Amino acid sequence: MSIQPIPTQLDGPPPSEGRRLRPWSAFERVQGMLFVLPALVVLAIFLIYPAYYTIRLAFYEGDFHFGFFHYLGIQNFKELLTNDKDFLDLSKFPPSGALINNVRWVIFYISLSLLIGLGLAVLAVRVRYERAVKTAIFVPMAISATAVGIIWLFVYSPSPDMGVLNALLHAFDSGFHPVAWLGRPNLVNYALIFAYVWASVGFVMVVLSAAIKGIPAEIMEAARVDGAGEWNIFRRIMLPMLSLPLSVVTIWLFINVIKVFDIIYVMTGGGPGTSSRVIAFTMYEETFQNGRPGYGAAVAVIMLVLIAPVMVLNVRRFRSEKVVA
Amino acid sequence: MTTVEQAVPLAARTRSERLVRFITRTPIHIGLIGIAVIWLVPTVGLAVTSFRKPNNIASSGWWHALTQWDWTLHNYGSVINATGMGHAWVNSVIITVPATILPLTLGALAAFGFAWVPFPFRDTLFLIIVALMIVPIQTSLVPLLKLFAQHGHLNNNYYGIWLAHTAFGLPLAVFLLRNFFITLPKDLIEAARIDGASNLSIFRRIVVPLSVPALASFGIFQFLWVWNDLLMALIFVSDPNKQPMTVRIPYLLSTYGQEYNLLAAAAFLLMIVPLIVFFALQRYFVQGLLAGSVKT
Repeated sequence: MSIQPIPTQLDGPPPSEGRRLRPWSAFERVQGMLFVLPALVVLAIFLIYPAYYTIRLAFYEGDFHFGFFHYLGIQNFKELLTNDKDFLDLSKFPPSGALINNVRWVIFYISLSLLIGLGLAVLAVRVRYERAVKTAIFVPMAISATAVGIIWLFVYSPSPDMGVLNALLHAFDSGFHPVAWLGRPNLVNYALIFAYVWASVGFVMVVLSAAIKGIPAEIMEAARVDGAGEWNIFRRIMLPMLSLPLSVVTIWLFINVIKVFDIIYVMTGGGPGTSSRVIAFTMYEETFQNGRPGYGAAVAVIMLVLIAPVMVLNVRRFRSEKVVA
Repeated sequence: MTTVEQAVPLAARTRSERLVRFITRTPIHIGLIGIAVIWLVPTVGLAVTSFRKPNNIASSGWWHALTQWDWTLHNYGSVINATGMGHAWVNSVIITVPATILPLTLGALAAFGFAWVPFPFRDTLFLIIVALMIVPIQTSLVPLLKLFAQHGHLNNNYYGIWLAHTAFGLPLAVFLLRNFFITLPKDLIEAARIDGASNLSIFRRIVVPLSVPALASFGIFQFLWVWNDLLMALIFVSDPNKQPMTVRIPYLLSTYGQEYNLLAAAAFLLMIVPLIVFFALQRYFVQGLLAGSVKT
C-alpha cells in the first residue's frame, strides 16, 4: 500500500512536472504530519472534544460540576422550543423570546449592514476624500464590543445632558421628551441592533469596495459609451459582479448575528426583563447564572445547528474553488 | 470659422455639464459626509467625555465642551489607579500576547505542512479545519471550564485562556496562511529541496521570510480578537485580579454606572490599543480581511 498521495490537486506538491532527483523517503512522507500535528492536537482537545461533550450534555440534566447527572433524552430541546417563554413564545402576537429576537437581529442587522455598506462602497469610489470617509466608517471595526457598548450607552442615554440622540431630537422638536431607548421592551432590540450595525458596516464596505475596484474599468466604460445610466450600470453590471462578495459578507454577518453576545451583556444584560435576550445570551444565562448546564448545552447545540449549513457551504465552496483554480 | 463655431458649443457644453455634474454629485457628497459624521460622533462623544470634569459632564452635554474649554486628564488618573483599570490593562496585554504568538506559530507550521509537504489524508484534514473555522465558542465553554478546573486550576491562571484562544484562532490561521503559502513560487521550494534543504529549513529560511504580510495579517486579527474578547475571559479567568479590561469595564458599569467620566476614560483606554494597531498596520489588516473573507 502506497502512502504517496494522489496528485489530483493542481496546487501544492508533489511536483507534477519534471522528475525528482530522489524519491520521497519514508520519513519525508510522514514529515508533513509532524508539521500539522501540534495544531491538530490543540484543535482536538480544545475544540472538537468540547463540542462532542456539549452535544452529549444537551441530552442530560447537568450537575454542578458540569457532569452528566441524569439522562433526559430530548427533554431539554422540547422544553426550550415549547415551554420556555423567555426562549420562544408563539402564544401572542408579535411572538417573543430570545430566538425571535435573534430572528429580528438576522433580518435588521444583516439588511441594514448590507444596505449601508454597499451604498458607501459604491459612492465612496466617486469622491476624492474616499480614504478619509472609509477610515471614519471602518474604525469601529477595530474596537471591542465592550467599548462599543459603552459608547452607545452614552449615545442612548435618556439624560438630556448625556445622550446625544435625545439631545438631537430635542433640538429638532422642542416638544420631544427624552426616550429611554434601552429601557423599552419594544425599542431595546432595535437600539442594540443599530449599535452593532455601526460597528460592522466598515467590514461590509471594505470588502465590497475592493470587489468594485476589481471590476474591469472597460466593462463600465463600454456600458457608459452605450448610454447606460448610472442606475442601470449599478443594477446590471455591478450587482451581478458583486454577487460572490455579497454572499460572503452576508454569511459573515449571519455568523456574527448568531454569536452576538458581548454587546448585549454590556449594554442591557438581556433586559429590561428578558426582552433583549438572544440565543447566545440564553446559553450564558442558563449555564452560568441559573446553574443549568444541560439546558445551556441544548441552547449551544441550537447555535451549532444554525451555523452548520454555513460550514457545509464553506467546505463545498472551498472544494469547488480548488477545482477551478 | 468652423473651429470657432465648434469651440463655442463645446465650451458651453462642458460648462453646463460641469454644472449638472456638480448638482447631481451634491447629494453624494452630502450623503457620504453625513454618514461619516454620524459614524464619528459616538466615538468623539466618548473621547470628549473622558477629558471632561465630572461637574461639567453632569451639567451639560459633551458637545458643549467643544466651545467651553475646560479639559482635564484627572479621569484617567482615577480610573487607572482607583478602579484598578491600569492593572486590568496589563492583564489584557498578558493575555493577548501569548494568545497571539501561539496560534501564529502552530498555525504557520501546520499551514506549511498543508501547503508543501504531502502526507496521507492531507486534504481531508484541511477541509475539517476549514469547517472548524466557524464553530461557536459556546460549544466549548462548559467542557473547557471543567477541564481547566480539573487539571491544575487552569482557570485561576492564564494557561487555560491562552490555550482556548489558540484553539479558536488556529483554524483561521491555518486557512489564511496555507492559502498564502501555496502562492509562493514552486520552483524556489523545489530548488531548495534539490539542494538538500530539509523541510524545516525551507520553512524557516524561505517560507516565513517571504510570508511576512500574511503572518502580519493573521497576527493583527488574532491580537484584536483576543484583546477585544469578552466572553472567553469572562468564563475562563475567574480571579478578579487577573481579569482583562473587557471584563472589568462591565463591573465598573455596575458599580460606577453614573460616573460617566470614569466609564468614558476606561473605554477609551480599552480602545486605544486596537486603534494604534489598526492605524499603524491598516494595510495588513485590510489585506487579511479580504483574503479571509472573499476567499472563504
